Amino acid sequence: MKEEQSKEKAKKFGMVIDLDKCTGCGACMVACMSENNVPFKEDESNKLDSITWLKVYKLTNGKPFPDADICYLPRPCQHCGGKGDHGHSPCVSVCPATATDYSKETGIVSQIYTRCFGCRYCMAACPYHARYFNWWDPVWPEGMEKYLNPNVSVRMRGIVEKCSFCFHRYQIAMDKAYYEDREELEENEYQTACAQACPAKAITFGDLNNPGHAVYELKKDKNAFRLLERLQTNPKVYYLSSREWVRRAGDNYLKDEKK
Amino acid sequence: MDSALIPKGVKRCPTWQFALWIGAAGAVLLWGVIAMLLIWFKGLNQTNMNDSYGFALWIWADLAVIALGGGAFFTGFLRYIVGKDELKNIINYAVLIGFICYSSALLILAIDIGQPLRGWFIFWHANVHSMLTEVAFCLTCYFGVLTIEYVPLILENRQIDKVPFFHRLGHNMHEIMAVFAATGAFLSFFHQGSLGGVSGVLFGRPFAFREGIFIWPWTFFLFTWSAAACGPCFTILITKITEKITGKKLVKQNVIELLAKISGWMIGTYIIAKIIDTWYWAKVTAPAAGFNLMDFYSNNPFYGIWILILEIVICGVVPALILITEKGRKSSAMLMTAIILAVLGACVNRWVMVLQVMAVPVLTFENWAMYYPSWQEVATTILPVAYGVILISLSYRYLPVFPQEQELNPET
Repeated sequence: MKEEQSKEKAKKFGMVIDLDKCTGCGACMVACMSENNVPFKEDESNKLDSITWLKVYKLTNGKPFPDADICYLPRPCQHCGGKGDHGHSPCVSVCPATATDYSKETGIVSQIYTRCFGCRYCMAACPYHARYFNWWDPVWPEGMEKYLNPNVSVRMRGIVEKCSFCFHRYQIAMDKAYYEDREELEENEYQTACAQACPAKAITFGDLNNPGHAVYELKKDKNAFRLLERLQTNPKVYYLSSREWVRRAGDNYLKDEKK
Repeated sequence: MDSALIPKGVKRCPTWQFALWIGAAGAVLLWGVIAMLLIWFKGLNQTNMNDSYGFALWIWADLAVIALGGGAFFTGFLRYIVGKDELKNIINYAVLIGFICYSSALLILAIDIGQPLRGWFIFWHANVHSMLTEVAFCLTCYFGVLTIEYVPLILENRQIDKVPFFHRLGHNMHEIMAVFAATGAFLSFFHQGSLGGVSGVLFGRPFAFREGIFIWPWTFFLFTWSAAACGPCFTILITKITEKITGKKLVKQNVIELLAKISGWMIGTYIIAKIIDTWYWAKVTAPAAGFNLMDFYSNNPFYGIWILILEIVICGVVPALILITEKGRKSSAMLMTAIILAVLGACVNRWVMVLQVMAVPVLTFENWAMYYPSWQEVATTILPVAYGVILISLSYRYLPVFPQEQELNPET
């Protein structure tokens, strides 16, 4: 009975990103880094060891002019539910020290920085490259430490980090709701930094289980797809695109295979 | 100078020569230790790993030495459980090699983790769903077993053996060694398998993912099987190298041939299973994820189909065919070729299941990730080799490692 109740109340926070609206401006990336105290290097030219919780990819259809087309694809952590949506996402199931966890209450995949010992097995398991290792201790330009977000802990060298769907914002919103004797949040009370920063309103965030939230209907759009659905990772980030080649770029297909 | 420590009835090189040898190995060891300290104090930024290559040279080295160290558990299993009595003449060396391999693996793991001081979290906050948890527990336990198996040999040192307590302790430990051999075989089955499971369970990585039975992907069984098959070849290879360096015959040919024969049949059956696994993966598992076999072996500067042929045919089928035929085992050149190929085969398999897994792009808009190790990674990988050379040299000089040495090399 108790389990049924908690299932009814269970939220499944997720995103719907309209790729036809995304201009690739990168405001979401900047907002994410600023909000989450994401460290950066003096020289950021090597992207293979820099941390970008939200990374904007540039996709091309590979055709010459005049058929050439591009698409920008923001990729946060996909907060996979795993096969059957049981919470066995690729990374959670492999972490040997339970340093990453799947919340059945929110559907968010968390990262416990103080428990991670940096084996990087989760990074090997994630097909989206959404997990990043702190190869260095964070060094902030002089004075910048005063601008760090006090609600998000900074991370030390030698551990893995990733997008948390701005979980600290959820905690703050829930605290406020509790203070006001409420159990539920309004849709706009918990929004991620990237969704709020997007000038084109390409990113919509909310509870995928809640019919009152915009994402509930958006995810059912005929142009909606998720990345690498065939792997049964069951991501909570949906993408919209009216362009067939973009939707097809979301997954791998055998040659001559019809979608 | 150290003649009182050298076993009776055998000849060893002069102390100065031995000291020079140890000094040379020690210099290499020191190089590795410097790299290790750099990594511990400055962090993993000393490596060439990156966010696409979270697992790299070290994890390969770990998997490879554990597979090759499998000679210890399998030879112990054959000697004490199956009852192949001739193998008593090589079991000491198999145990010593296993001890070196497993202690090296643990050391490499300690270097490989980003927060070494939190290494114990794997036991304290253990996630029972993780293959790495199983690896950590079984590996540590089995290292304990190997230590117990190695201790009686140390106690046989001439001077230590003079102490009545140690003499009796060594004798009694020998008496119950079958229990530890059985425990070792049991633990090894699981950790060798779990190491295969490490990549096999990655359902987000179509190159690595395999189906299986219950929680165990097929790689679980293939890794155990290949370790049992190729581990004894490594024991033979190191024995042959030791014989070459010392200029002595240390183990009778019938013992080598028996182990080689068993190894040959193990490799043969393993490679049949591996071919079936590869075929099913290429035809069913990978296509279900949208990949053709050649997608994994093209459009990149290194990983061509040659690596699959090298692993399965050249380093699998060929050594199996040589070792299962009497003619192949009797020919010294053929035997050496076969055991080198078998050892190489296990190493290539582990390389593929670690590094190629990381290299293959999964998102359609990403490219192949290439990697080469930094000198710090190379030095820390060679470190265990130098450590192994030193421990083998010390053991060979001061302990009766080879029971047949005296008989094969009578003092004139």
